Amino acid sequence: MAVALFLLVLYSLTVGAYPVTLPQALVSLLDRFRGAGPAAGNAAAIDTVLFGIRLPRAVAAIAVGGCLAAAGASYQAIFRNPLVSPDILGVSAGAGLGAILGIFLSLPVGGIQVLAFLGGLAAVGLVAAVVASSRGRESILTLILGGVVIGSLAGACTSLVKVLADPYDQLPAITFWLLGSLAPVTGSDLIAVLPFAALGMVPLLALRWRIGVLSLDDDEASALGIPVRRTRLLVIGCATLMTSSVVAIAGVIGWVGLVMPHIARMLVGPAFSRLLPASVLLGAAYLLLVDTLARSLSENEVPLGILTAVVGAPFFLWLLARGRRGWV
Amino acid sequence: MSLVAEGLAVGHGERTVVAGISIAIATGEVFCLLGPNGCGKTTLFRTLLGLLPPLAGTVNLDGTPMSALSRRAIARRIAYVPQAHSPAFPFTVSDVVLMGRTPHLGLFSRPGREDRRRVDAALSRLGIAGLAEADYSRLSGGQRQLVLIARALAGDAGFLVMDEPTASLDYGNQSLVLKQIRSLAGQGIGILLSSHDPDHVLAIGDRAALIRDGAILRQGSLDQVMDSTLLSRLYDMAVEVVSLPDGRRVCLPGR
Repeated sequence: MAVALFLLVLYSLTVGAYPVTLPQALVSLLDRFRGAGPAAGNAAAIDTVLFGIRLPRAVAAIAVGGCLAAAGASYQAIFRNPLVSPDILGVSAGAGLGAILGIFLSLPVGGIQVLAFLGGLAAVGLVAAVVASSRGRESILTLILGGVVIGSLAGACTSLVKVLADPYDQLPAITFWLLGSLAPVTGSDLIAVLPFAALGMVPLLALRWRIGVLSLDDDEASALGIPVRRTRLLVIGCATLMTSSVVAIAGVIGWVGLVMPHIARMLVGPAFSRLLPASVLLGAAYLLLVDTLARSLSENEVPLGILTAVVGAPFFLWLLARGRRGWV
Repeated sequence: MSLVAEGLAVGHGERTVVAGISIAIATGEVFCLLGPNGCGKTTLFRTLLGLLPPLAGTVNLDGTPMSALSRRAIARRIAYVPQAHSPAFPFTVSDVVLMGRTPHLGLFSRPGREDRRRVDAALSRLGIAGLAEADYSRLSGGQRQLVLIARALAGDAGFLVMDEPTASLDYGNQSLVLKQIRSLAGQGIGILLSSHDPDHVLAIGDRAALIRDGAILRQGSLDQVMDSTLLSRLYDMAVEVVSLPDGRRVCLPGR
């Protein structure tokens, strides 16, 4: 899977308005890797395209896809429900609202990141509180409905911000950003946000065996020696941090967090210690592929969020139609 | 090894469910709890497993107060066998049993070859090695119960606490599970189980306690506990314990 991801990165470097062939890309990468001096002429242009535009964008796609898929897999384990994801729990919408407030207040990317995290945390906290207070009732239904309600509440607040925003400058930025896109991501955005994404990812990967045990019930996990409350809070915090980091740079990109863990589960089974790394790799490869399509399908770039929804929504319907038994 | 409760009161928050519990369980015996629904067996179990703090009294594990032991140290000595359930994800049988190794793993580690070897051993011990790669959630209730027992064995605990291991199993699976429980006790494991069926207690128990109205009505050997008068009081109905010619005893509703 990792090899496929690497090949995909190379491929994505060759796709775009400025023609770069695979050998040219490889030569340029190797030169940079060896620390060769600045190139001249055509090679210099290739360097600019690769390192200024395409490589940061490929890294962003990998980070965004990997983070969303990892967050989705973790939420699914912690809520013991294969139908949850950052979007269904309302985390994306909450983080989106926070980030839009950040744009509205003209904050730098770090400020947007903080507001996005707070928004995402508030959303998942509210949904979890609703589920906890409706103990005994159909929890899957409560979770999904709770997420829908919180999501639409955040959506309403988002609309309010849009009404208040400057229609010439901020509004187009907010609207395009809400559709989800990697086009505006710069290298400095990445440097600002990647540490937070890593801060969310590393504990999840390190604790993945325990998170898997936690996907049984509380008493069982506790009787197996796991501090249930602490671990769950940590996982929710990490997954929300990753989701909001991603939202802060790339906007709301739906469905990746739901669909990728499912496909990973079909490939490597539900054991979380294998599922999490598989989800990360799949999510990264998927988003890189979709983003490459998004920027090459037509003259005008198609926003990424639209493409992931076009792929994700039918998949989700198919999952629902297959029914509970088939949730592999 | 021993699991000893003294003057124990269990419950949630302010509400005491059962009080005045003093029981001692040794490895190698089957100790049964009997009582009507809602008598507090599950609350007592959760307290003995260290999942719920006692409202009064103490629980000692091999002479150490449970409150002084870490969650993990308790988990290595006492394993919990819940009723057969269906998890949200289609784990294989070996996935489920492997989770039993968790108390022996470090914070960041994952099971290795030795852990997998113990999983195989636990499955063979219960005669279900052939199910290792089967989808746990598609097994019969009895098979799932055996898998959960295997998970407890994989963790090498001295005590197994079983919450109604025969509930919702069909007749054949009930006796299969009971036979395995008896044989584990024969291999030196201490077993504490709750049951709704006095016949099951008569079949495999060494000692028993009857719980009702927030207290232990009687505890002791089966001869002391499982008699018609006490059981009639326990269930508020006439119950007769009948001895069969071959020495076995069964419980019947009285006439």
